[in-house]
Amino acid sequence: MLNKDLVIIGGGSAGMAAAIEAKKNGVDDILILEKDSVLGGILNQCIHNGFGLTEFKEELTGPEYLQRFVKQVEELGIEYRCDALVLDVTKDKVVTYSNAEDGVVSLQAKAIVFATGCYERGAGAIQIPGDRCAGIITAGTAQKYLNIHGFLAGKRIVILGSGDIGLIMARRMTLEGAKVLCVSEIMPYSNGLNRNIAQCLTDYDIPLYLSRSVSKVVGKHGRVEKVILSAVDDKMKFIPGTEMEFECDTLLLSIGLIPYVSLLDKIKAEMSSTRGAKVNDYFETSIPGVFACGNCLHVHDVVDFVTDEGRDAGKGAAKYIKGLVEKNTTILVKPGDGISYVIPQTITNKNADSITFKFRVRRPIQNVFVTFEDNGNEIAKFVRPVLIPSEMVMLKLNQAQLAKIESGEITVSIKERK
Amino acid sequence: MSKDLTCIVCPRGCRLHIDDDLNVTGNSCPRGAQYAKDELTNPKRMITSIVRVKNRENCMASVKTSVSIPKGKIFDILKEIEKVSVNAPTHIGDVVIKDVLGTGSDIIITKEIK
Repeated sequence: MLNKDLVIIGGGSAGMAAAIEAKKNGVDDILILEKDSVLGGILNQCIHNGFGLTEFKEELTGPEYLQRFVKQVEELGIEYRCDALVLDVTKDKVVTYSNAEDGVVSLQAKAIVFATGCYERGAGAIQIPGDRCAGIITAGTAQKYLNIHGFLAGKRIVILGSGDIGLIMARRMTLEGAKVLCVSEIMPYSNGLNRNIAQCLTDYDIPLYLSRSVSKVVGKHGRVEKVILSAVDDKMKFIPGTEMEFECDTLLLSIGLIPYVSLLDKIKAEMSSTRGAKVNDYFETSIPGVFACGNCLHVHDVVDFVTDEGRDAGKGAAKYIKGLVEKNTTILVKPGDGISYVIPQTITNKNADSITFKFRVRRPIQNVFVTFEDNGNEIAKFVRPVLIPSEMVMLKLNQAQLAKIESGEITVSIKERK
Repeated sequence: MSKDLTCIVCPRGCRLHIDDDLNVTGNSCPRGAQYAKDELTNPKRMITSIVRVKNRENCMASVKTSVSIPKGKIFDILKEIEKVSVNAPTHIGDVVIKDVLGTGSDIIITKEIK
């Protein structure tokens, strides 16, 4: 069997950043496995601009952003295979992939980084009432059809879900000649960025209906003919008498993204409430030498943060391969009041210069403290004027703050400022 | 003429207020203030779209305006972009339309296609 120091599964933003960082940290024997025919992952179809403000201090389109990393991968001589589908991974870090040129290949890796991204929730996930007809499609699939292949998924569109992909696609389809009738969101607030509501909906007079969802799809002749939206109450039940009818040929779904972890599941890596794997401060999963980063760990809102996390995982993997991982404690990090998840879930090196914690709040809140507590003792406290679920929060604890932790568990919570 | 608007300069999305004398509040950076003033006097947008790659099957190359263009010209510019097709390989920065409709903006390729 062939040997590799580091195998990276997924050649998108997280995977390329992990590879580049591992190489810069002295790991030379790296292989990136990418299932698509080109590197870059989802950014290949994200042709709109707004990427790179943190990373490059300029505003790039998705393909421009990814190209900067492809260039580095090539300049650093990092080996990669495209059209390479990973079929199997074992706990002992044997990776099996298939590719038209190589056939089926098994590799023994010293470390693996999972950077497999996420997938879209589909119609089955929310049990849309009504006919099972053609014309119901996820927003990301419609984006690929349009931006990569040049096909418009429909002419009269209703969009369910106001996440950023849904908003971006409302504008894209309008610009390419479709009529987008409305965007419907079951929650009382949008999960997209304010900026995207302004420049994708308001600019083109596309209405956004909050607390409203699809109560029926009508398509008796094989294709969507009509979509009916109804208001929902605070228990998410449809309110009779609030129906709005839209004659359309397509229902686009932008109803959430889920980390893609089937192989991590298979090797029984411990999972968290993000539906990604649990990781420690090196981005290592519960399986030694197996790391995870990017959207397969938790779904990000900004690619710049994916790149950053990929680098951290690449650094962690390089330390593991070189035997430089320092583990001197096991402290569990728990989400407390108002927090849906915190990454990392475990701290293993209390002597680190600093550790960045990433988390999301459960609902929009204003004027609060974010507290880090050890058995009720406050370790750190941060003031935040506004926090919303669609924006990931990052807070850093320094060495002095980490040193205050005495028990085996800390809790991150939201507290009202009185 | 005072107006409340959401800044679109960066993903932060500040809530801006601009009064009749073009005084801007709510912005976190100078670009936000400039955006609010432009929005009242001459709103502009960056446009991204696609052009067909003739020598590849079902393949599009992405393009953008090199600088932002007047909001009122978006659909006229898209009609111009629709007339264009290219051959691979394409390179980021290749100009496919020079000074589109006299706006001072070029339409440039944003994707490397081998």
